[in-house]
Amino acid sequence: MSQNIVITTVAGAIRAGTPLLFASIGELLAERSGVLNLGVEGMMLIGAFTGFAVSYNTGNLWLAVVVAMVVAALLAALHAFMSVTLRANQVVSGLALVFLGSGLSGFWGQRYVGTQAPGFSNLSIPLLGKIPIIGEVLFDRDPLVYVGYILVPLVWWFLYKTRAGMNLRAVGEAPSAADARGINVSLTRYIYTIVGGAFAGLGGAYLSLAYTPMWVENMSAGRGWIAIVLVIFAIWDPLLAMVGAYLFGGISVLQFGLQVAQIPIPANIMKMFPYLFTIIVMLFTSGEKMKKRFGAPSALGIPYSREEKT
Amino acid sequence: MSDIVLKLSGIVKSFPGVLANDHVDFTLKRGEVHALLGENGAGKTTLMNITYGIYKPDEGEIYVNDKRVEITSPHRAMEYGIGMIQQHFSLVPSFSVAENIALGLKESKILPKIDLVRKKVKTLAERFGLDVNPDSRIWQLSAGEQQRVEILKLLYMSAQIMILDEPTAILTPQEAANLFKTIKEMVKYGASVIFISHKLKEVLEISDRITVMRHGKVIDTLQKEEANERILAKKMVGREVVLKISKKPPKPREIELEVKDLWARGDKGPYAVRGVSLDVKSGEILGIAGVAGNGQRELAESIYGLRKYTGEVKIGGEMMHSLGVVSRMKSGVAYIPQDRKGVALCGGLPLYYNLFLKKPFRIPEFYLNPYLFNSSRLKKPSEQLVDEYLISASSLNLEVKYLSGGTMQKVVLARELSLNPKLIIAVHPTRGLDVGATEFVYKTLLKARDNGAAILLIAGDLEEIFTLSDRVAVLYEGEIVGYSKPDESHLEEIGLMMAGVRRVKK
Ligand SMILES: Nc1ncnc2c1ncn2[C@@H]1O[C@H](COP(=O)(O)OP(=O)(O)OP(=O)(O)O)[C@@H](O)[C@H]1O
Ligand SMILES: [Mg+2]
Repeated sequence: MSQNIVITTVAGAIRAGTPLLFASIGELLAERSGVLNLGVEGMMLIGAFTGFAVSYNTGNLWLAVVVAMVVAALLAALHAFMSVTLRANQVVSGLALVFLGSGLSGFWGQRYVGTQAPGFSNLSIPLLGKIPIIGEVLFDRDPLVYVGYILVPLVWWFLYKTRAGMNLRAVGEAPSAADARGINVSLTRYIYTIVGGAFAGLGGAYLSLAYTPMWVENMSAGRGWIAIVLVIFAIWDPLLAMVGAYLFGGISVLQFGLQVAQIPIPANIMKMFPYLFTIIVMLFTSGEKMKKRFGAPSALGIPYSREEKT
Repeated sequence: MSDIVLKLSGIVKSFPGVLANDHVDFTLKRGEVHALLGENGAGKTTLMNITYGIYKPDEGEIYVNDKRVEITSPHRAMEYGIGMIQQHFSLVPSFSVAENIALGLKESKILPKIDLVRKKVKTLAERFGLDVNPDSRIWQLSAGEQQRVEILKLLYMSAQIMILDEPTAILTPQEAANLFKTIKEMVKYGASVIFISHKLKEVLEISDRITVMRHGKVIDTLQKEEANERILAKKMVGREVVLKISKKPPKPREIELEVKDLWARGDKGPYAVRGVSLDVKSGEILGIAGVAGNGQRELAESIYGLRKYTGEVKIGGEMMHSLGVVSRMKSGVAYIPQDRKGVALCGGLPLYYNLFLKKPFRIPEFYLNPYLFNSSRLKKPSEQLVDEYLISASSLNLEVKYLSGGTMQKVVLARELSLNPKLIIAVHPTRGLDVGATEFVYKTLLKARDNGAAILLIAGDLEEIFTLSDRVAVLYEGEIVGYSKPDESHLEEIGLMMAGVRRVKK
């Protein structure tokens, strides 16, 4: 009996954590380049909606995923244009995306409210899926969860081991140094802001195609904000972002578990935990020295210009 | 191949309100060290930034090896063999030394070839006497070490033209001597060097030719043999400069600053100030000599209340608390920190705001209501200060980050000294200043002393200590190892104490 609770909680944590994982990896990439994109919530919503609509009308799930990513990436491109080319305030531009995303998805989604569309079903991985308990928890999930498993180590390797990843980190940490080495700061920021948007769209698509395959207005329900917080929690490290995503996913699942077990912790308090955790992490990582050690993007939110003095 | 590797011709660059470069011509010969000299704000850095592709000139042409080139970015400059070490380093703090050098190299494809770079860096470091571990992270390195990384970066790219913008300003005397060895070595391997400095001695020691700039124009180019300190100083400032300032005998009165058994930790954790006791009387200057990094900064910060300490600090007979800056300001303490950009000024605020950052306690402009201020009322007193302290800025509204280093220092001095302080804590007050400005600072500090201020002077430059101080204390590893008289005859004694070889019991 108690074993079952553990299995459902862990399995639920992974399911609930996956959309957070995609969105925070996306934000992590954008922030590593020095662009703060607060519009994750909006990009997730537009991804969730377009994904759902394509699945509803064509039944093609993978096409739905791709469209969701492309549309969210377009929103991110708008943010990149505002913050890199126009050098506008990134906070304002990001917040604008939130309203744009929720407004558009709400408007276009009116006629879909409450309808269902084909969604991803679980796919047991041969051999691995047969392992008792572990197989059931980790390897009998929907395909997008597996995408998450593969994505994180890949992004980690990219960021720390490849030349392109090095360039990306340099642009976020010391843009003038990167510029002097012939790295195109603006182009880099465009690329990773847009790629980051695509991942936020993937996170949104996960919600409407796998988590609950139906359309509900504002169905991301604050996950975009948690994803942003997660990036800080993870000190801009993809592996830690994965840990954090599943942890925060677990907290949201625990809410139901506790209700079932009749342990009286109000849901509102539970929802606070991710933020609380993050503040605790920030207490330990916010020193100037710490930031340098972890390679936090110190140019985050600051437009770059060669001639400008800082 | 011609003898001239770099030729700048008719370079013009203006910023809002200033003509920073006014039809500048400049040539660099193969294998020479060419010093660029000039007052603060003369336009030296601007000219070099143009050569390095950071600024776009309004007019003018650049020739490298007799070929006309357009240098549109630092990267492009590197391709023409031009490298520059800027006053503020451009390194990625979380990267290792090798990674910083590998950054952007075309020879790596998908994966950076760090091992290859590391090997090459090691040989270069050995050949040129640049002691750095290729695997250390930049954020762990001292300023001097970071500079060596910058030099290695240039050597790695086999730069033929190297521009060093005030490289010695941040170095200890030993480090500076090593840098000079490296420069000579680089020249032997065929490089040509442009060297910017305010220290005339250095310039005369290292360079073959010297170009002097003033107000954006080239005044003259001299062979080293034709020059001496006096000639150079005069050309720079346009008038005779008193290099040796004579001072009146001090008239010390009551004790103004009293420090007893002060202990304070450095940024890295261990104690940097270890049981320092000292006192400074009104009307005297106590100079603290020592090799940089022996607790000078921490000592100054503790006394001014910016750093936590244990022990006693009394100012004007009154006991101060650790971390109480406001009470110090109220007791009339002026503080001239070594990091003027980071600590003393707000780069993004206009000049006249910066002049009044510390004033709310004192001036009539604020008596009506200390919480509100009327910016137009600040303008008039600001204008007075700007005149009195010879601050050259195009407008009172200019953000201070656009001022040249020397002008920034004058802003700090004007703000701190205009309050008629009782105690002045000055840390490297002339770092990066031209001879004219240095003379000005010396005179101002001496005037404050004669008017009865107590001055604690911390400086790395012994000559500065000798010029100003009435007594000299030597700081070594956070302790005062002895006192001495401020004149050349005690040079050896002080040198030995600075090196920690000799201790004089008080
Ligand atoms: N980016 C900028 N924007 C506006 N003004 C500038 C800028 N850079 C330099 N200036 C101005 O141009 C003039 C020349 O400055 P520059 O930095 O070249 O002087 P410098 O000779 O290097 O002085 P220092 O010895 O103090 O370093 C100064 O008046 C400075 O205020
Ligand atoms: Mg300069």
